[in-house]
Amino acid sequence: MLGLNKADLRLYLIVLGMLIFAPFIMNPFPEGSGLAQFNGGYPDLLQKLVIFGIFAVGFNILFGLTGYLSFGHAAFLGVGSYAGVWMMKLLTMNVVPALIISVLTAGLLSVIIGYVSLRRSGIYFSILTLAFAQMCYSLAYSVLTPITGGETGLTLSLNDPRVLGTSQTAEGNIPVPHFFGLEMNASSTLELGAWSFTFNTGYYFCAVVMAVAFYFAIRLFRSPFGLMLRAVKSNQARMSYTGLNARPYTLAAFVISGMYAGLAGGLMVAMDPLAGAERMIWTASGEVVLMAILGGVGTLIGPILGAGVIKYLESIISTINSTILHQWFAFLPDGLEDFVVAIIYPFVGKGWHLTLGIVFMLVVIFLPGGIVEGGKRIGNLFRRKRREETPPSSTTTPAPKPGE
Amino acid sequence: MGILEVTDVNKRFGGLQALGKVNLSVQEGTCHAIIGPNGAGKSTLLNCLVGKLIPDTGTVTFEGQSVLGRKPYEINQMGISRVFQTPEIFGDLTVLENMLMPVFARRDGTFRLHAYETIANERELLDEAEGMLDEVNMLDKRHMHSASLSRGDKRRLEMAMCLVQKPKLLLLDEPTAGMARADTNNTIDLLKEIKEKRNITMAIIEHDMHVVFSLADRITVLAQGTPLVEDIPENIKGHPKVREAYLGEAQV
Ligand SMILES: Nc1ncnc2c1ncn2[C@@H]1O[C@H](COP(=O)(O)OP(=O)(O)OP(=O)(O)O)[C@@H](O)[C@H]1O
Ligand SMILES: [Mg+2]
Repeated sequence: MLGLNKADLRLYLIVLGMLIFAPFIMNPFPEGSGLAQFNGGYPDLLQKLVIFGIFAVGFNILFGLTGYLSFGHAAFLGVGSYAGVWMMKLLTMNVVPALIISVLTAGLLSVIIGYVSLRRSGIYFSILTLAFAQMCYSLAYSVLTPITGGETGLTLSLNDPRVLGTSQTAEGNIPVPHFFGLEMNASSTLELGAWSFTFNTGYYFCAVVMAVAFYFAIRLFRSPFGLMLRAVKSNQARMSYTGLNARPYTLAAFVISGMYAGLAGGLMVAMDPLAGAERMIWTASGEVVLMAILGGVGTLIGPILGAGVIKYLESIISTINSTILHQWFAFLPDGLEDFVVAIIYPFVGKGWHLTLGIVFMLVVIFLPGGIVEGGKRIGNLFRRKRREETPPSSTTTPAPKPGE
Repeated sequence: MGILEVTDVNKRFGGLQALGKVNLSVQEGTCHAIIGPNGAGKSTLLNCLVGKLIPDTGTVTFEGQSVLGRKPYEINQMGISRVFQTPEIFGDLTVLENMLMPVFARRDGTFRLHAYETIANERELLDEAEGMLDEVNMLDKRHMHSASLSRGDKRRLEMAMCLVQKPKLLLLDEPTAGMARADTNNTIDLLKEIKEKRNITMAIIEHDMHVVFSLADRITVLAQGTPLVEDIPENIKGHPKVREAYLGEAQV
C-alpha cells in the first residue's frame, strides 16, 4: 500500500497514529495533579515537536545517508523563516505561499552553500557549512537589518501591504496566519474527567505537513537515489570507477535536506509570524545534529524521536524551578529536602542543557545507534525469548536494512 | 590500431620513475596480460588508464579517443571497468545493492535523480543483478553485508560488478589474489567464457602464471616501469630477459 513495503508501511502508520493522537499521548496526567508539570500536550510544544521533527528528518537525509555532517543547517531554517514572514507581509496571511517561498529560498541558498562546501569532505566540509551559516547569521543580525529586522527580528505590522489580503482586520489587529480561512491559532478543548485535551488547528496543519514530508523521506530512502547516497557514504572511489558522479548526488541530498529545513522554518512563522537571527546561530545547527544522533542516525524514525525528546526536555525541564522542586521533596525532612533540591537544581530550569548533555552522553556511550537501537534491543530481548523455543534454521545473517 | 593505445607514457613519483616510456597496444577481443615483479609499475599503469593518475607525458587513447584529463566516471562510461588489487566494493551495502550500482550506472549514466521510485519495483534491473551474481555463484549471499565477505568473495563480487556493466575493456589487477584454488579455477573459467562469448577485451595483471597462461593471448613483461618484451605466451615462457627480471622468482 502507498508504494511502501510492509515494514515501512507499519512504521508510517505508527507515525501517523502518533501525529493524530499526540494531544492525548502527550497529555497523560490529569490537570491539577502534581505530574501535570510533565504534560507536553499543549499546542505550542506539539507544534515545536513536529516542526523540529521535520527539520531533523531532512537533516538525516544528508547526514544519515551520505555521512556528510553539516554544521550549518540552521541557516536554511532561518532563511525559510524570513522568506515566510516576507510573504505574509507582502502577499497574504495564507500559509501556503509562505511555505512555498520558504522551501524555495532555502533550496536556493543550499544550492550555493552546498556547491561550495561539497568541494571538501569530512571535517572541512563541516567547517565550511559552519562558516557559511555564521555568515548568514551575522548578515541577518546586522548587515541586512532592513530585510531581517536585525536584532529585534522581523515581525508583521499593521501597515504591511498584503496585496492579496488585508493589512489589518476590521478590529484594527494584524490578521492571523490561516490555511484558506482555517486560522492557525484556533483551538478547541475536550474535557474528559480530570483531563483536558487541546486540539489546535496549527498543530494539525503541521502534522499533515509532517505526514507528507515523512512519506517522501521514506520513498527517498528506498529509492535508487537513496542507494546512491548510501554508496557515497560507503565508497566514493568505487562509485566513480563504476561510472557514477558522486558530487551531484550529494549536492541533491544537500539541497533536499536544506529544503526540509526551509519547510520547518516556514512552518515556524506559519504558527507564529516572526523571525529572528537567533534561529540561524550555530548552536541551533548543532541541536539538529544532536537530534539525529540521539534518535539514531540513518534511521527513518530516529530523527523524529530525537527531536521529540530534546524539545520535550527543553520545554518541560526548563520550566521547573526551585519552588516546584521544594514542593516535590516537601515530604523529606527539612535539611535533607534542601540538600536534594540543591543537587537537582543545577539540572533544571536554565540548567536544562546539563540534563541534555548527560542524556546525550549516556546514549552515545551505551546506545551508539540512538533511541532506535534501544528500541531494537528491547525488541530483540522479547524475540530471543520466543526463539529459544524454536531454534533458528538459517545460518547466514542478513544485513540490516537502513532505516528500520 | 588496438582498442587501447598507450604511447610513451612516463610517470614519476618524486625521484622514482614509476613508468618510463611505456608503449602498449591492446587488440580488441584479446586478453592482454601484464606481468612483472613487485613494484614494476603495473598498477600505476592501470591507474593512468582509468583516470586515477595522469601521466607526466605520453598519451592514452581508448577507441581512438584520449582518456587523459577525463574523470574516472567518464572513463568508465566510455566502457572501461576495473577490478582493483585490493577489493573496492561498497562495504556498507549488501551484495545485491553492490550489484545494483553498476546496473543503475549503465541505465542512468553518471547522474539521474530517481528519488521517488522504489528499488524493489525495478524488476528488470534486479533480475540482471541477480543473474550476474548467479554466474559468479554468489546468489545465496545476496543479502549479506558485503563487508563481511571473505577476500576472495569480495573480489568475485567486484568482478561481477564490472562484468554486469558489459564493458568494452575490462582491467583486472590480480583478480585471483587471495582466492582458494577452486575459486581461482572458477574465475579462470568465468573469464574465458566472458572473453569468448561476450567479446570483452581484457587487460590482466597477475602473478599466478597458471592464470596468465590459461587466459592471455599476449603478454607484456614490465620491469622497473619499462616494458621488457611483448610476445605470445609460448615465447615468453623461456625468454632470458624475463628470467632476469624475475630473478629468484623462478616460476617462469
Ligand atoms: N601514489 C604513489 N605515490 C608514490 N609512489 C607510488 C605511488 N603509487 C605507486 N608508487 C610506487 O611506484 C612503484 C610501482 O608501484 P605499483 O603499485 O605500480 O607496482 P606493481 O607493479 O603494481 O606492484 P605489485 O605487484 O606489488 O602490485 C612502487 O615502487 C610504488 O611504491
Ligand atoms: Mg599492483
